[in-house]
Amino acid sequence: MSVVRAVVALLVVAVALVLQVSLFPHFAWQGVVPNLALLVVVGAALVRGPEFAAVLGFVAGVLVDLAPPADHVAGRWALALVLVGYVAGRVRQDARPTASAVVLTVAAASFIGTSIFALSGLILRDPLVPVAEMIQVILIAVVWDVLLTPFVLPVVMALFRRMRPAPAQVAY
Amino acid sequence: MEKRWKGSGSRERRGRSSSSILLALVLACATLITLDARTGTDSPLEPVRRVAGEAFGPVESVTAGVVRPFAAIPDYFRTRNHLRQDVRRLEAENAELRRTVNASDLDRNRLAEYDGLTRAASETGHDLVPARVIAIGSRQSFKHTVTIDAGSDAGLHADMTVLNNDGLVGRVIRVTSTTATVLLIVDADSVVGARLASSLEMGFLSGRGEIGGEARLDLDLMDDSIIAATGDVVSSWGSENGAPYVAGVPIGRVASVYNSPRDTSRRAVIEPFVNFTALDLVGVVVPRGTTSDRTVIEARERP
Repeated sequence: MSVVRAVVALLVVAVALVLQVSLFPHFAWQGVVPNLALLVVVGAALVRGPEFAAVLGFVAGVLVDLAPPADHVAGRWALALVLVGYVAGRVRQDARPTASAVVLTVAAASFIGTSIFALSGLILRDPLVPVAEMIQVILIAVVWDVLLTPFVLPVVMALFRRMRPAPAQVAY
Repeated sequence: MEKRWKGSGSRERRGRSSSSILLALVLACATLITLDARTGTDSPLEPVRRVAGEAFGPVESVTAGVVRPFAAIPDYFRTRNHLRQDVRRLEAENAELRRTVNASDLDRNRLAEYDGLTRAASETGHDLVPARVIAIGSRQSFKHTVTIDAGSDAGLHADMTVLNNDGLVGRVIRVTSTTATVLLIVDADSVVGARLASSLEMGFLSGRGEIGGEARLDLDLMDDSIIAATGDVVSSWGSENGAPYVAGVPIGRVASVYNSPRDTSRRAVIEPFVNFTALDLVGVVVPRGTTSDRTVIEARERP
């Protein structure tokens, strides 16, 4: 059963990744597209908590790093999405998150995720990008991710909620 | 009582296990980054990238094929505005006809693109493998790369020149059996040997990492005494065996020249001919006689 869950989670991430590189470039704003992989990780974090989301973030990040047309140093998106998953999972309340809480979490997660990726690029000099451009890209990415939240997050969260293990297995 | 103990104990374990998972994952990321950053092109992750490409390439290809006709619709309305008005005047609000016009216009544009590519092949004298762009890297990654739907099966390998009917697009950096990743010349890591058409002076063109309307390249001429004139055409200068760039492919036009008092050199800013936000059909320059899984556009023999 947990294998099925893992495969479904992987499929969701793969679909998000393919849409991100093949569909959304047609709607790109200044070349920036919505970060669907990040939205999936945040959705998983809000439903399933930090451990699951960090692992999913790692898997999603490695796929983003390796699938064409990626050419940056591998592991950078993985690092960004692991931390995003962990942080977004930490802010989760035990009650169902409200709509505004979801939007705020997405905005924060998008800002943190793209910033970590950009900063790792600064450290590795891969490639050297002016800081002003980085900030512009990060802010546009936040706007995009928030815009897509009402369409993506409910679906992703419902999916991960359905795939949650039976309550009896949760210890407390 | 039993339950409470168990509960708080497991919660503590949960907290501890969650931070150890985080630590393990962050270390895994650091390992990946180190492996990939230190060894450059001989990265141990290159085979993994290839496997990921083999898996994702066909999926991206299919998705792009589904998306393309819909993506072309707004473009049609933008570029053929007066044609649309004509249709409206003649046929009132005939939705059926408009749909037909959309489709035929897409086909016509596509035919014109292929015609242009054939012309590019005969003008530059190179054989071209036609390919379409199926995925575009997001700007959040600060890299300007695209995936095209031709790979090693079509006779491609790394370090091949990619162009379209406007000019130089980039070079192939990695292939899978059905796809190839292309580094665009506007990427900040891209350097192209180029020469001015008017004076044949050589220099290096580097990308600024920007695409869209303000896509520009910087030209550093080897000879500092030469002043590039605005409007001068810049072409690729090429290297032995045409890798990574073949000679004589037009790249762009000098848009402005400015002095930098600090390093006493003159930089020319080049406006590329290629519109990098609307890339679709491209050609990859292949050696004559390449066996390919598709029709190679052959350059006509010159008399």
